[in-house]
Parts: sequence; C-alpha cells; structure tokens
Amino acid sequence: MNNVMNRIFLFLILGSVAVLASGTIDGEIVKQALNVPAIVMFVIFVGATLGITYWAAKRTKSAKDFYTAGGGITGFQNGMAIAGDYMSAASFLGISGLVYAKGYDGLIYSIGFLVGWPIILFMIAEPLRNLGKYTFADVASYRLKQTPIRTLAASGSIATVILYLIAQMVGSGKLIQLLFGLQYEVAVVLVGVLMILYVTFGGMLATTWVQIIKAFLLLSGATFMALAVMAHYDFSFGSLFAQAVEMKGIAVMSPGGLVSDPISAISLAVALMFGTAGLPHILMRFFTVGDAKEARKSVFYATGFIGYFYILTFIIGFGAIVMVFKNPAYLDLAKEAISGGSPILGGNNMAAIHLSHAVGGDFFLGFISAVAFATILAVVSGLTLAGASAISHDLYASVIKKGQADGMAEMRVSKIATVVLGIIAIIMGIMFEKQNIAFVVGLAFAIAASANFPILFLSMYWKNLTTRGAVIGGSLGLATAVALVILGPIVWVQILGNAEAIFPYKYPALFSVTAAFVGIWFFSITDKSHDAEAEREAFEAQYIRSQTGIGAEGASEH
Amino acid sequence: MRQELVDKIKANPDYQTLVKTRSRFAIKLTIAMLVVYFAFILTIAFEPALLGTPLSADSVTTIGIPIGMVIIVFAFILTGIYTKRANTEFDDLTKKIKNSVKEN
Repeated sequence: MNNVMNRIFLFLILGSVAVLASGTIDGEIVKQALNVPAIVMFVIFVGATLGITYWAAKRTKSAKDFYTAGGGITGFQNGMAIAGDYMSAASFLGISGLVYAKGYDGLIYSIGFLVGWPIILFMIAEPLRNLGKYTFADVASYRLKQTPIRTLAASGSIATVILYLIAQMVGSGKLIQLLFGLQYEVAVVLVGVLMILYVTFGGMLATTWVQIIKAFLLLSGATFMALAVMAHYDFSFGSLFAQAVEMKGIAVMSPGGLVSDPISAISLAVALMFGTAGLPHILMRFFTVGDAKEARKSVFYATGFIGYFYILTFIIGFGAIVMVFKNPAYLDLAKEAISGGSPILGGNNMAAIHLSHAVGGDFFLGFISAVAFATILAVVSGLTLAGASAISHDLYASVIKKGQADGMAEMRVSKIATVVLGIIAIIMGIMFEKQNIAFVVGLAFAIAASANFPILFLSMYWKNLTTRGAVIGGSLGLATAVALVILGPIVWVQILGNAEAIFPYKYPALFSVTAAFVGIWFFSITDKSHDAEAEREAFEAQYIRSQTGIGAEGASEH
Repeated sequence: MRQELVDKIKANPDYQTLVKTRSRFAIKLTIAMLVVYFAFILTIAFEPALLGTPLSADSVTTIGIPIGMVIIVFAFILTGIYTKRANTEFDDLTKKIKNSVKEN
C-alpha cells in the first residue's frame, strides 16, 4: 500500500508549482554542517512555547477555554493568530520557491490565497461568530438535524485537516532533515510530539500564542530579508527586476504556464476563494474573540498581515533569483551532474532558506530555519485543534451523546482526539514522504470549497435549505472534488499511465462547487417533508441572531 | 428565540435598516472584490501577454507587477472600509435594537 501511495502521489504536481520535489532533499547529498545558531534559536523557541503551554494549561479549565481560549482574545491578537495559522510553510517556502522558479506566476498564487479574506469578512465572519460556539458545524446545524449535518461537516473538517497536516508534516520532516541534519522520521516525530503537547495541555490559548509569536517572527524575518535584498539594489524594483531578467530571462516578468485555459483559471480561483472560507482551523479562530466587532477587526488585521507577507515573499523570490540562482555556494552539484539546469540544494523550496544565508550569514540562516520550523508547529497545532474539535464537539458530544455530554467529558475526548490525530499525522508524514505537498493543499482547498463552504454559506443565508439538501448536496460536492482529482490529467495520466484524462482539467473546484450548490438547491426545494417545513420556519429567528447577535451572548458566556 | 421576540425585532425599523443597508454594502464590496479578481484571472487566461507589457520601452518591469500589488492592497482596503463602517454605524444600530428588546 505504501508503494502504491508513493506512486500515486509521486508526480502529483499542482500546475507548475515547484515545491519540495521528491528526492531532492536527500540526506547524503545535503549533509549540512551543524548549524549552531539554528539549533540554539530553535531550542529557545521550543522552550518559550512550552513555557506558554504551561501557563496556558493553568488557565484552561473548561471546554470553552480549551476550544476558544475563553473567548477573550482581542481582534488584533486574533488577526495576528489567523495570519500565523494561514501563513504555512507551503506559503512561505512554497510561494517564494515558486517565484524563484517561475517569477510572476508566484504572485498569481499569492493573490488567490488572499482574496478569500475580504469575502470571509463581508459574508461569513459575523454570522459565524453570532451563531456558533466552537466549530462551524454549530452554525451549519443550527436549525437543521444535528446528526447528519454534524457528521458531514465533521467529515469535511477532518478530511481537510488531515490532508493539510500531511502536507505540513512532510514539509517539516524534509526541512528539519536539511537544516539540522536530523533523520526524516525523527523530525516528523518531533513535530508531532510538540504539537500534541501544545494542544492537549494548552488548548486554544497556547495554540493562539504559538501562532502569534510565529507570525511576529515570520513577518520580522521576511521583512529583514526583503529589506536586505532591496538595499542591495538601492531600493529600486527596476534594478532588482533587471538583474533577475538577466539571470533567468524575460519570462519571469509575466504570466507563464500556471493557468493555461479559462476553465482552469476560473476553477483555481474558485478553489482558492471559497476554500479559504471553508477551512475549519481558520473558521474556528472566530470563536476566540468576544463579539462581532472583534471578529471583524480580526479579518482586517489578518488581511493586512497576510497581504504584506505575500508582497514580501514576492521580493524574497526575486531576491533568490539574483542572489541564490547560480551561486556556487547553494548549487546542488550532484544533481546538476545528472540533470543540469543549476538546481539548488534541497530543491526550489529552499530558495528562501538559502537567501537568508546569502543576506545574513549563518546566524540569520539559523533564525529563518527556526522560524520556518515554528511556522510548521503553529500551523499543525491549529489544524489539530480544529480536527480534534470536530471529533469531540461534533461527533462525540452532538452525534454520539446527542448533546448530553458534559464539558469535562467533551474536553477529555478532544484531548484524546488530539493525541490520535497527532499519531496519525506522524504516521502519514512518514508514509507520504515522497509526495508533493502542493497537491495535498490543493485537494484540501477543493474539499473545503466544495463541501464545507456551500453548507455553511447557505445555512446562513438561504431560508429554504433543508437537512436533506445540505447532506446530499454537500456529499456530492465532496465526492465530485475527490473523483475529479483522480480522473484528472495528473493522477489519471501521469500516475496511472492512461493515455487521456477522463476529466481534462487540473482543478476541480468550479465543477465540484457547482455540483454542491445545485445539489443542495435541488434536494432542498423538492423536500416536502414536515421537518423541512420546520427548518424553513426556524430560519427567521436564526437570521435575526446572525445579524444582531441577540441570543449569542448567553451561548458564548455559558 | 420566542416567536413574539422574532416578530418584534422584525418589525423594528432599526432592524430593517440594519439588514438592508448592511447586506447591500456587503454585497457591493463582495462584487467589487470578485470583479477585480476575476478580471485579473481572466486576463491571465485569455490575454496573458497583456500583463507582460513593459511599463516603459526601456524597462523590464511589466504592468502585471504593479497590478498584482494593487490587488493585494485593494483587498486590504476593502476590509478596512467594511470594518470601519460596521464597527461604528452598524454596531450603533445593533445596540439600539438590543436596547429596544431589553426595554420590556
């Protein structure tokens, strides 16, 4: 099974995203000199975050503390934490690596990852905060039947979380292997264990502060790198770009092969926009603030931080073109001997890491390595907490115990779920070592956009939504997304070796999101049952609460 | 929520104003974001060379770069515009509705 999986995922490359190419990080090739500053800074970070976890553990007494840090996070803190949750290693290393490899195409991806945020603010954040308690399934199932809706929403959440976790674990294993010379498996286990510690003991409070610190470190480090690059060119973009064109040719300045036809372009756009609004670990963050006002501020700050960060990664990618590309210090000689083309050590995803060395020497390389590692820890902690909440709050407390579980029992289940998810993440991380991380994140976004988002969105705004419609349509979206990826050109042709793809496009979201919306609409309006009538009638009260927050205070202050 | 309360809030003119103004505002901003983003994406799909036009004859910088940066800044500004209005005007209205409910 392992081999089959490896084969399936080996060549899964989403578009032309050049990320951690399998096999490019290989112990014997890249045995790095022991990086003392990196290890020291990494140890400081881990020590500090464990200290925070200890502090948070003493303050985490109830289920509400565990899931939402007691609801006492401010808008600014939450904006920072959202940014820390969202700016994953795939964003930092993957996008700067993509800019390094393809130039302008990297910017297209960044923009796609950002534009979902305003939509979240205008449509989702406020009703979500006013209607929900711990998970987005609270909102989706507000006036619908608990068992089927929570089961479906939890499945969507867990699928998204596990796919995302795999990507992060694989990335972290390779990164740590490269930077610290640790064995891949050891690195993955280390990440898994730390994440389990943060989440089980410190809950949302520890996770939030790990994310805030990480966001601060990442933004500072990236700012320094971008400034160092710009200082080299007297802060003139013109000179930087001119030099980059000299190194790599004029193609880096305009759109390349990332999106080749209109359908793929729209489909990718749909996945990124609506996917962001369906990510459970992001949605969960809105329950950590006190009210709708703070929820809005969270998105405002988060959008600012994330947008700023993407501008930095663009500069960093170009910085790597001019300072890392063809620089003998970072050249992978063994690989060049085989394939040519001046590959860099560790593959294109290491562009930002090498750049940090080029601009700031061993010390700054150590800092950025520690930051990259902190990035992974912060993201996996948020993911695991979201996955554990789906299991404990949606499946255990609502589906199995029918809402009769007490808070302590629920919290215990979520801690057990955290440990189990952590172990799954470690096993998957080791199993999927040879897989491409960008594909997995792409599929996670497709599922979030096709299953989670349509149910959540329509439950908030569409009176006629019924349980039957949501369950059938949501499942249809989920199944379509997964099926179209398998039947698409990458899996069907490149991996399974068929001559022609059954589904000709790389990105399924346009079709799977449409399938979900049409399915939900059709099976809702044709639902003539008594329960459906009651569900439609309950909409008004729900809508008033979603718009004004009346009734929400009681629920959130227990 | 009891049905009387639902009916009462629904009949409240402040509530009607809140829902109507805010929905319109949110939809307008959403459309603005979608139009800008899809215009960008469709240009890439149909006329990618357009974004590859140099800023000037002697420059390698293409118009695609400032356009991309402007979209990022635009997204941020939109969230600022919404947050500002919602945190003042809409929250004041919401407070008024809540007070009118509490009165009895």
